[in-house]
Amino acid sequence: MALALLRIATLVVKEFLAIMKDPKSRVVVIGPPIIQFFVFGYAATFDLNNVRYAVRDEDRSVESRELLSRFRGSPTFRLVGELSSDREVGDLIDRQGVRLVLHIPQTFSRDLHAGRPAQVQVIVDGRNSNVAAVALGYASGIIAQYNAERGGTLAAGAPNAARPTLQLVDRAWFNPNLQSRWFIVSALGGLIAMIVVLLLSSLSVSREREFGTFDQLLVAPFRSGEILLAKALPPMVCGLFDALLLAAAAVLWFGLPFRGSLPALVVALSVFIVSVVGVGLFISSLSSTMQQSLLGSFMFIMPSVILSGFTTPIQNMPQWLQWGTLINPLRYIVTACREVFLQGGTLATIWPQLWPMAVIAAATLASATWLFRHRTA
Amino acid sequence: MIQSADESVSERSGETVLGVRNLHKRFESKGGPPVEALRDVSLDVRCGEVVGLVGPDGAGKTTLLRIATGLLVPDSGTATVLGLDSVRDTLQIRGRIAYMPQKFGLYEDLTVQENLDLYADLQGVEPAARAPRYTRLLEMTGLEKFTGRLAGRLSGGMKQKLGLACALIKSPELLLLDEPTVGVDPVSRRELWRIVYQMVDQEGIGVLVATAYLDEAEKCHRVVVLHEGRKLDEGTPASFREQVHGHTFVVQPPPGVRPRTIQGRLAGRPGIIDATIRGGRVRVVTEERDIAAVTGAMPDNLAAAIDVAGPTFEDAFMKLLAHARSSQSHANLPAAQVSTGVSPHPREPEATIHRGESADGVVHTRDLTKRFGTFTAVSEISFDVHRGEIFGLLGPNGAGKSTTFRMLCGLSKVSAGEVRVAGRDLRRAGSFARQRLGYMAQQFSLYGQLSVFENLRFFGRAYGLANTRLAERIEWALDEFDLRGHRDMASGRLPGGYKQRLAMAAAILHEPDILFLDEPTSGVDPLARRDFWRRINSFAEGGVTVVVTTHFMEEAEYCDRMLIMSQGRELATGTPDEIRELARTEDHPDPTIEDAFIALAEGAARPRGKEGSP
Amino acid sequence: MNAFQRSIMRLRGFLRKEALQICRDPSSIALALVMPVVLLFLFGFGVSLDVKDVPIAIVLDDRGPEARDLAERFTLSNYFEPVLVDRFDEARQLLDRREVDAIVQVQSDFSDRLAHGAAVPVQIIVNGTDSNLAQLVKGYTLGVVGLWSQQRAARGLSTSSSAVTIQQRVWFNDAVNSTHFLVPGLVALVMTLIGVLLTALVIAREWERGTMEAILATPLRVGEIMVGKLLPYFVLGMMGLGLSVGLGRVMFGVPFRGSPGVYLLLSTLFLLASLGLGLFVSAAARVQFVAAQVSIIVGFLPAFFLSGLLFDLESTPWPIQAVSHLIPARYFVSASHTIFLAGDVWSVLQWDALFLGLMAVVLIALARSRLGQRLEG
Repeated sequence: MALALLRIATLVVKEFLAIMKDPKSRVVVIGPPIIQFFVFGYAATFDLNNVRYAVRDEDRSVESRELLSRFRGSPTFRLVGELSSDREVGDLIDRQGVRLVLHIPQTFSRDLHAGRPAQVQVIVDGRNSNVAAVALGYASGIIAQYNAERGGTLAAGAPNAARPTLQLVDRAWFNPNLQSRWFIVSALGGLIAMIVVLLLSSLSVSREREFGTFDQLLVAPFRSGEILLAKALPPMVCGLFDALLLAAAAVLWFGLPFRGSLPALVVALSVFIVSVVGVGLFISSLSSTMQQSLLGSFMFIMPSVILSGFTTPIQNMPQWLQWGTLINPLRYIVTACREVFLQGGTLATIWPQLWPMAVIAAATLASATWLFRHRTA
Repeated sequence: MIQSADESVSERSGETVLGVRNLHKRFESKGGPPVEALRDVSLDVRCGEVVGLVGPDGAGKTTLLRIATGLLVPDSGTATVLGLDSVRDTLQIRGRIAYMPQKFGLYEDLTVQENLDLYADLQGVEPAARAPRYTRLLEMTGLEKFTGRLAGRLSGGMKQKLGLACALIKSPELLLLDEPTVGVDPVSRRELWRIVYQMVDQEGIGVLVATAYLDEAEKCHRVVVLHEGRKLDEGTPASFREQVHGHTFVVQPPPGVRPRTIQGRLAGRPGIIDATIRGGRVRVVTEERDIAAVTGAMPDNLAAAIDVAGPTFEDAFMKLLAHARSSQSHANLPAAQVSTGVSPHPREPEATIHRGESADGVVHTRDLTKRFGTFTAVSEISFDVHRGEIFGLLGPNGAGKSTTFRMLCGLSKVSAGEVRVAGRDLRRAGSFARQRLGYMAQQFSLYGQLSVFENLRFFGRAYGLANTRLAERIEWALDEFDLRGHRDMASGRLPGGYKQRLAMAAAILHEPDILFLDEPTSGVDPLARRDFWRRINSFAEGGVTVVVTTHFMEEAEYCDRMLIMSQGRELATGTPDEIRELARTEDHPDPTIEDAFIALAEGAARPRGKEGSP
Repeated sequence: MNAFQRSIMRLRGFLRKEALQICRDPSSIALALVMPVVLLFLFGFGVSLDVKDVPIAIVLDDRGPEARDLAERFTLSNYFEPVLVDRFDEARQLLDRREVDAIVQVQSDFSDRLAHGAAVPVQIIVNGTDSNLAQLVKGYTLGVVGLWSQQRAARGLSTSSSAVTIQQRVWFNDAVNSTHFLVPGLVALVMTLIGVLLTALVIAREWERGTMEAILATPLRVGEIMVGKLLPYFVLGMMGLGLSVGLGRVMFGVPFRGSPGVYLLLSTLFLLASLGLGLFVSAAARVQFVAAQVSIIVGFLPAFFLSGLLFDLESTPWPIQAVSHLIPARYFVSASHTIFLAGDVWSVLQWDALFLGLMAVVLIALARSRLGQRLEG
């Protein structure tokens, strides 16, 4: 027993040295976290700001100016110009000069005064459907606010007070300003852990195969379980380290809140990492070159990221695909991370995410062990 | 047989097709001093002449060939090809020469015919001229029947021949060959040389061929010896032989004494440059033209006879190299002169050929067979290896040596038959049974990023060494293998010879009973190979059982017994004497192991003393 | 035979060799033909930014007919799948467990206030964790409530009689369908994979296997090697393009409003730029492992994140916008959106074409300079 422990310790030390001294592996540990930190922190955003818009105000009344000033005051929108003809509107949107045009018809103030619904036409460029939908949402919000306040002042000003208004009070829990950075960066720990662990573990066996050291290892008096364990540990440590580092950076650099419990995050990440290491070792046992390992990892990473809810909601997928996501470990860690960061998740509340990952971990590890024995011994 | 070089020099010779003047080339290396690949090298190749470029690894052979093709630009000096400058007129030159790089440039996913078509197109061979050319090349190379086969599915020898055929697709005026026969079996090697000479004789082309095989140098008209970028010497093989005339002797061992014992006694002695086993006798090259150095080292009862031997190019080469090295710094001294044979076990006093006889040897196989799908890689191999014996598995690349070897070590599943090592099947015996084994893989297979010390520590611990014992053994290894100066260097950056020593050190650190060595000397220069065999000998003397594979036929002489394989089958098993006996004929009274192999492969000799051989 | 004929003969031989190799290498085929299908499936089904059937909880503290009428509006909407709950606590739990994404609360004095013409607050709480979804849900909730009050106004049951109403027009993508937005951009990703990754790998392989040294030593000119490598992979890339566009049209009903000729021109320029990048990477790296890594970092990742394929570039910080101008995919994604959804808008396309053309020229020239007649760069 003591001898077995000694052998495992020896192997683990060697694996660590191999990762730290192999430039390719070093890149894997350091590269993805940095790239992802910046790409996901800054480039991957669904938020809108500086939405260029133009105004075609045919009314030019006090009311229309009052409404337009609310748009001008919004940080989301940036006025580009005022248009004087419908042709200009079409032209400007066609050539992507603006993404949104507010068209206030001549009858606007007249309708308002007459107590008829006054129409404002909002034209958006639908080429980017998400920008269009979100921009429309913002515009509706501004106009609803205008209505509410106008109704309020009218109601206050009108003595007969027979004109009730609907007042919308909207609040967003967990992410009050609805920043997509909170959404993306909170789950980044899971993604980074997956990429680092998967790449390192998938390279671990094939690197030895390619350099010819694998036979040397198999001839030495190690059990295959010992080799596998030693191959699994260093990627797990690196992955957990990277994930926690990014979690810290998320709080310190991007100012995310951390409302849940740290143990919950660590436990969730650990269970997740075990399930990924199983996948990585499986890929590694299967491939004979580092190239194949990389491609294999890539083939796993792509779909699992897309089908995890990391960028877009799972509930938007067709039902059959939603069932498919149930075997994707990233799905659970993404949810768990967000819960811990933003919703104050604890070990108890993330339990629904924990146990499926544990089941997946058992399955992937078992198949990796089986394949490893099968391909080597 | 190859025609002797002197006969084939034609009348047309004399016109210089390649003139190299004062070439210098250095390469920057990461985190180290720049490597001087070529230092002031000049040479000429004339029409109808085969010039051999000989030298150990890193001598600058490939760099010189690449400069001649214009693939590299020299730092100074010139290479003139067919009167054109290799840098300025690169494109014109390339239409008139042929170059076969070390990896021979075949597309493995194209068929033989498609490869030929590609090179015919690239070389601009007229469509009308192709059919006869193809016929001739295919006939010369014996590839007629394989035109539809993918190049990747050809055997090593056939690939080389196809590479040569592609290079010769348009009659070149100069042919440049970079180590064309590496890893090729002796039969294919002879054929390759036959093709080259046919081209020289019929078309009068000039040939510059880089080679690491010293026996091939004898087949050239002229030989240029390179060493660490410098030209050491140049001349005809005869002139080289002349240099060591009177320096070479053969020692005939008396009955019952292994030549290995005598060789071990002589190697590394002052005044003795080289001692090798050839044809069951020990060849010695001395510093002085005097037999005294040999007789002085030999107690009378050990040598039955000491005769003067005819010198070979190899003798001269060893002498040149020994001089070149002794004139350099201490770091580059050949290890043969640095350390004396210290064996890990107390030396056993008497060395006789047959000992430790038992029904089953330490390694035992019966009808060992390995199939990959429908392909049978190893077919019914049976042999026993006894304690303290050096047992060789010989054969060309692709003969099934490595597959057999992997089955012995438990790395590969046995399809049929049985294999036992120290009485156990390694695949089932669990990790503990591997404790007494040492293993050295074909390529350098230690962790390249780890330092020498870290590698040794890892393998020591892997085999259960710990604390003071581990420290002692590592110290021993650093001294024994002269690695102390490189203790903290990343092992991947060690010079070739040191890598090999480190691999060996790691394999024997835990004092194994059985040592498995897979092609330990492939890609190693002649000096390091000698050094290596000296160590193997000393371990075997100490009672270690050694199983070794090699495709160098002359190395078989160092084995006690050997098994010769070809295409997965056993050709013959026996002692070197018994094997040579198979090829002994009236015309050829004194055959080498290589001659025996060729005879066996061509079916001229029938293995004797084997029941039921196919 | 003159020099030109010889050049044609060399080129013919080289092209035939490339064609044979592509046909015999299953991985090229997989990357060129299977990858587009897989990506299209993943994105077509897996990624959707649209809001549909969002589960929300409606808390009716007031059970009056007006309140139920409002709740009914949410049931009728395509966007929501409301559950009626009795108490706010229940709704809150549902939100915490992420079983609903938003809560609409109608307070107990709703009918009273309506009757008295006072301001009537309706509270909307969204789960902000998925900020984008939250943003859209908020917008649509506002829309539903707004519509309800408008129709009351129309029926004379005025809330605030003078409400401003929005008449929204989404051009080019009436249904705000995100698949129509994603598929055109995806084509850029597919072509980047073929143009950069596959090309870089095959050339690095020639260096690794030593065949490059052999063919360099023949009279083959560098220009001929370039053409010989560009042409086959150009054809392969175009096949990938055709496949993606065809599948997008047939499976996802993506419109194609521009002219095929213009699209062909733009994609030719983009593919040339990608191939140039691939050639350059492989000529500089010469090892498959490095070539694969570099092409993922300079090819795939930017094409994904910095091209406007998924994330809106205009909302990113300026350094990222600046970098995106160096990414060929950015121009092609922009042009694709316009051609697919808007039509041949020359004022947009001319700039995209100009930059793509420039990049193609620069990248191919760079590759040409790296791929010399000799082994050393």
